[in-house]
Amino acid sequence: MLITKLKDKEMIASLLKGKVFVINCFGCKEVHFPEEEAKALQKEWADEGIVTGVLTTDYICNPENLPLRLERHKAEIEAADAVLVFSCGVGVQTVSEYLAPKRVCACCDTYPLPGGQGVTPLEYDCDQCGECWLNLTGGICPITACSKSLVNGQCGGAKNGMCEVDPEMECGWERIYRRLAQTGRLDVFKTPVHIHNFATDLELKQE
Amino acid sequence: MRITECFDRGEFVVTAEVGPPKGINIDGIVAEAKEFLSGITAVNVTDCQSSVMRIGSLATCKALKDAGLTPIYQLTCRDRNRIALQSDLLSAAMFGIENVLALTGDHTKLGDHPQAKPVFDLDSVSLLHTMSLLEQGVDLGGNQLVGEPPKFAKGAVVSPCSDSVDVQLAKMERKVMAGAEYFQTQAVYEPEKFIEFMETAKQFGKPVQLGIVLLKNAGMAKFMNRNVAGIHVPDEMIAELAGDKEKAKSGETGVKIAAEIIKACKPYCQGVHIMALGWESKVPEILKLAGI
Ligand code: SF4
Ligand code: SF4
Repeated sequence: MLITKLKDKEMIASLLKGKVFVINCFGCKEVHFPEEEAKALQKEWADEGIVTGVLTTDYICNPENLPLRLERHKAEIEAADAVLVFSCGVGVQTVSEYLAPKRVCACCDTYPLPGGQGVTPLEYDCDQCGECWLNLTGGICPITACSKSLVNGQCGGAKNGMCEVDPEMECGWERIYRRLAQTGRLDVFKTPVHIHNFATDLELKQE
Repeated sequence: MRITECFDRGEFVVTAEVGPPKGINIDGIVAEAKEFLSGITAVNVTDCQSSVMRIGSLATCKALKDAGLTPIYQLTCRDRNRIALQSDLLSAAMFGIENVLALTGDHTKLGDHPQAKPVFDLDSVSLLHTMSLLEQGVDLGGNQLVGEPPKFAKGAVVSPCSDSVDVQLAKMERKVMAGAEYFQTQAVYEPEKFIEFMETAKQFGKPVQLGIVLLKNAGMAKFMNRNVAGIHVPDEMIAELAGDKEKAKSGETGVKIAAEIIKACKPYCQGVHIMALGWESKVPEILKLAGI
């Protein structure tokens, strides 16, 4: 089981640049979503007139259904400057990959809870690290795609684009850099240094 | 002494590296460092290099300092979480060890304890940021330090001949943002690539020391080409090492190659960092031949 929690309001506000398309993934029984808070926030945006469309669905992480679902909203997505996703880390990664070079942002953090997990496709992994970093890495998870879970860039160990730990695995930061370059987001390397909060105890985090 | 003071004075700063042994007797490396490395600015001490367990970098730094040398404490994020890292930084400052080189560190899987759990709670960038915070008298938990805060010369590394040089430059910029005051590079064998790298890197305005790894034989060069990230020894150099085996064995060829690389790159950088891998006795010769 896992639990997603809205990022704090300031952080989400910093993602709002121009028009947005919203994706909600409320359907997976293994995950607790902050549905009411998300709806309230999205209503505010709709009142401001910045929402081009909303897709509320389940199992957004399933790459087989995703194209069809997004296809129906093609024009709305094209009209948006960013797609804001309310889901666990896997959902955001799936949408980012599919819509690249469109800017896709995570509005939730993902925390672990005891119990089974949802249907997560292998290539998109989320460690429920408690402070989702996808907005700084072009929607590719640095915690699971990099062998050292580095959040500030590539280590000195990549050779021919492959990871020092596993020569069969492409270096996660090669992928992240490529995605950032492709989406015109290399400026994230200039954002102030922030230390990852690995606490996954929700009560601790809420203080 | 902080190594940054030397850069500020416009000196061409020379450092070299020593690797602590797997054991408690370090008289040998201290004596060698005193004999061959006293004339240079500072001596790096590696932190369980290549994830191989050895005596600590901090303890070795202290021994070198007591012997009259200026140590650079290499500190990796591989084996310590943010509590241990900050604690070790304070310990270093207490000993008057102010030169710290912040590294992410190799993965534990590459060393002699592949069963170990890797830490990487912080990385090189957040470690530099942590040092900057401690200098302001605050720790990562937001708590005030008691008494006078430490002051470091904050160093970092970069890999100029990496096949992903743009990705490396992005990280370098982040290290500068986090407080890095100077850089040491991975070994360079292709001066053209280094010079091209410096064209871009100079915008950050931080001194860069050219990295040199002394070549011992053709086999070592080929091994590095296959296995070590960011290193490419050109074929001509390998041929030179393979050509006269006696000269390679005595170190003459490696010393000559190192001196040539330094001469070619010197106008473009602010110092040199020599990794002699046990051949510390050759460092004075390299410098002499390079005209430093
Ligand atoms: S950064 Fe990765 S592990 Fe952390 S919440 Fe996001 S997707 Fe999950
Ligand atoms: S080589 Fe790439 S994926 Fe591997 S540890 Fe380094 S940055 Fe991470």
